[in-house]
Amino acid sequence: MAAERLQTLLRSAFPDADELRVEDRTGGGDHFQVTVASPRFSGLSLLEQHRLVNEALAEPLRDGTIHELRIKTREAQG
Amino acid sequence: MSELSGRIKGVIEQEPVALFMKGTPQFVMCGNSDRALRALREAGAPVTAVDILPDPAIRQELSTLSGWPTIPQVFVAGELVGGADIVQELAESGELAGILEEKLGPDYRDAAEERVVDVLTPAQR
Repeated sequence: MAAERLQTLLRSAFPDADELRVEDRTGGGDHFQVTVASPRFSGLSLLEQHRLVNEALAEPLRDGTIHELRIKTREAQG
Repeated sequence: MSELSGRIKGVIEQEPVALFMKGTPQFVMCGNSDRALRALREAGAPVTAVDILPDPAIRQELSTLSGWPTIPQVFVAGELVGGADIVQELAESGELAGILEEKLGPDYRDAAEERVVDVLTPAQR
C-alpha cells in the first residue's frame, strides 16, 4: 500500500524522528498528509525542512504515486 | 535553456510575487493552489499567476528550475518561498507579510493587482 511505502521511505530518511505520520486524506491512496518531527530540522528554514521531506519522497512524487502531498514539519529534540 | 524555461525564469525574476498554480485565480483547479492563493491574498500580495495545466512541459521546466517537485510554487522577488503548506503556515504566523515587506518594500500592498500571465507562445497554446 502506498501509505506504507511512504512511511518506509520517511523512516529511512529520518531514522531519529520523534513523530512520523502518513495519513491517506481521501482514502484513495494518492492524497497524503505527512507529519515529521525530527532533530534534523533544527536550525533549518521551513523551506529547507520541506525540501528534505520532498527529497525523501522523490520517487513516489515522480512516479505519480503521490497525487497531492501536504507536509507538516516540526523540530524535535535530539 | 529552452524558450519555455527562459520565459518561466523571466516571470520568476520579474514579477514581485509569482504563483505557479493549477488553474487561474478566477478558476482554481486544485485545493493546494487555492490555499496558497488565499494565503497570499490575505497578506495583500500582488499576485501574478501562471496556470501550469495547459502544457505538462511548464511544470517540468519549472521544477527543474526551482528544484521543487510539487504545485503550487510561490516566488517572491525571484526567490522560492515554498508550496501551499509553507505559504499557509507563514501567513498564519504573520511572517508572510514580513517577508513581502522586506523583499518588496513597505508599500507592497499598493502594487499591481492580481493578474495572470501565460508562458506559452501563441503557437504552443
